[in-house]
Amino acid sequence: MSRLIFEKSRPASNKMNIPPAEVGQVDMTETIGEYLRQGELPLPDVNEVETVRHFTALSKRAYGVDDGLYPLGSCTMKYNPKIDEWAARLPGLAGLHPYQPLETVQGALQIMYETSQWLCEITGMDEFSLQPAAGAHGELTGVMMIKAYHTQRGDTGRTTMLVPDSAHGTNPATAHVVGYKVEEVKSDARGLVDLEDLKSKLGPHVAGLMLTNPNTLGLFEEDILEMSQLVHDSGGLLYYDGANLNAIVGVARPGDMGFDVVHVNLHKTFGTPHGGGGPGSGPVGVKKHLAPYLPVPRVEKNADQYVFNYDYPQSIGKVKEFYGNFGVVVKAYTYMRALGGAGLKEASQHAVLNANYVKTNLQGTYHIPFDRLCKHEFIVTAKEQMDSSKVSTLDIAKSLLDYGYHPPTIYFPLIVREAMMIEPPESESRERLDDFIAAMQDIADQAVKNPDLVKNAPHYTVVRRLDEVKAARNPVVRWEEAIDV
Amino acid sequence: MKVPQELKYTNEHEWIKVEGNRAILGITDYAQHNLGDIVFVEIPELDAQVSSGDEVAVIESVKTVSSVYTPVSGTIVEINEALEENPELLNQEPYEQFIGIIEMDDPSSLDNLMTAEEYEQFCQEQG
Repeated sequence: MSRLIFEKSRPASNKMNIPPAEVGQVDMTETIGEYLRQGELPLPDVNEVETVRHFTALSKRAYGVDDGLYPLGSCTMKYNPKIDEWAARLPGLAGLHPYQPLETVQGALQIMYETSQWLCEITGMDEFSLQPAAGAHGELTGVMMIKAYHTQRGDTGRTTMLVPDSAHGTNPATAHVVGYKVEEVKSDARGLVDLEDLKSKLGPHVAGLMLTNPNTLGLFEEDILEMSQLVHDSGGLLYYDGANLNAIVGVARPGDMGFDVVHVNLHKTFGTPHGGGGPGSGPVGVKKHLAPYLPVPRVEKNADQYVFNYDYPQSIGKVKEFYGNFGVVVKAYTYMRALGGAGLKEASQHAVLNANYVKTNLQGTYHIPFDRLCKHEFIVTAKEQMDSSKVSTLDIAKSLLDYGYHPPTIYFPLIVREAMMIEPPESESRERLDDFIAAMQDIADQAVKNPDLVKNAPHYTVVRRLDEVKAARNPVVRWEEAIDV
Repeated sequence: MKVPQELKYTNEHEWIKVEGNRAILGITDYAQHNLGDIVFVEIPELDAQVSSGDEVAVIESVKTVSSVYTPVSGTIVEINEALEENPELLNQEPYEQFIGIIEMDDPSSLDNLMTAEEYEQFCQEQG
């Protein structure tokens, strides 16, 4: 393993000549007092050349969508078009200051306004806010608005949020953070929400239902209209988790299904980078009856001028400094303009086609618990490999690393044992998918002929299998010499 | 897989040992085996009033996060604090390590629980 940058530190590696101060010195003890740091900061002292080499070496070991297929289910790891990066770096956009007078940033406001309009059209909602910085932040904003809606109507007995057992973990986490009691709704044999169980859990204590459609099994919730009727009849609201929106853009709209609030992940559906190349962006959209609660300011158009409107007294307030991750919005805007309406729809259709292509080709090799037409992702399991040779989903995921692939999401959704959740987005070619299918078949083959090979994978990576149990039980996330500082 | 005769079982894979009016709650060997290496246990709150079906603890393994439910109503009178420091105890000795002890309001809810034979049958059906 390579050394940490702290271990490469050599005192006095950096020699800087700082010119004498041109302004008077200020005595910090007066303003900061006892909080003034006395000792040295424990920063590594590594010269420029070695610092560049350190991070370049690390970057070569990373794996991203520019390296290969990244079939991480429910994450929509699609290619991030380079033209989006070009647009976000245009000096007129990258160089903006959020405090600039509005008449000098009309173009930026126009991008925000039009992006909101298009997201409304795509999702079937009435108003959008671009403020939330990521999907879970969008969820938080959305559920806070649900709470504000009930509270301002004097309907204060709604203390429970319903969440299906196949939901992303962020759904119950969000509801909990907002102060709701979380109750689980069971899935039925079809892999869809069990309507009878939903009925039995609805009532005057229920604030709403958080739902992902298509769900985490990659299946479309066929009873969505009946479900939204049931939830609304009992006085609750319907929240749409946009994690899987990539399956239905231009084909079906959450607003038409009866959802009151949605969040979308620009870093999934609209091609902007995840994580390291991010940050994310999780705009949240609402129907008219929830619009008063949207974060302020809202971007509006008065005649031919774009303005920020703060005058919404029922608003839940600001959820992010300034106006959200603007650079990400520019990338998503560029993505939408580059593809156009027809292109966005075609992208979704190809995502669904790719998922069904891979699923069909893995039939007979892996157990497929819900073996029917799927949307943008699907579940296979290691059931047969476990039964025959004790090769688990984790072993298969580790083995994929040897074939140069990022593994799919594993052990999720929680309702399927030994689950692998595979999402091959639309940006993958048939040749790439065929190569991935061949890798998966090869691993299944080895699981029978030479199970130890798979159980001890990976063999060709920089590090072999890590001790995940130890890492989870005793995480050491700080450089030891820095711990007591 | 061990299924002690003297215990009662739930279909969420908890075991219950009854001592007078006290119900001792833990997770089964089947549960710990399927969870895999347990890395964190959020233990119940002492003195909390709980109703049958309530989540009283959360168990995190390398694979998944799972809730522990109480099949009986009452007051949590004892908790197993050792699990906070040593979550692996649940993997090592699932029937020696309890999660919490509940002073029961209504012991008749015990009637819905499974016997060891019924639970073994139940696990076989789960595959």
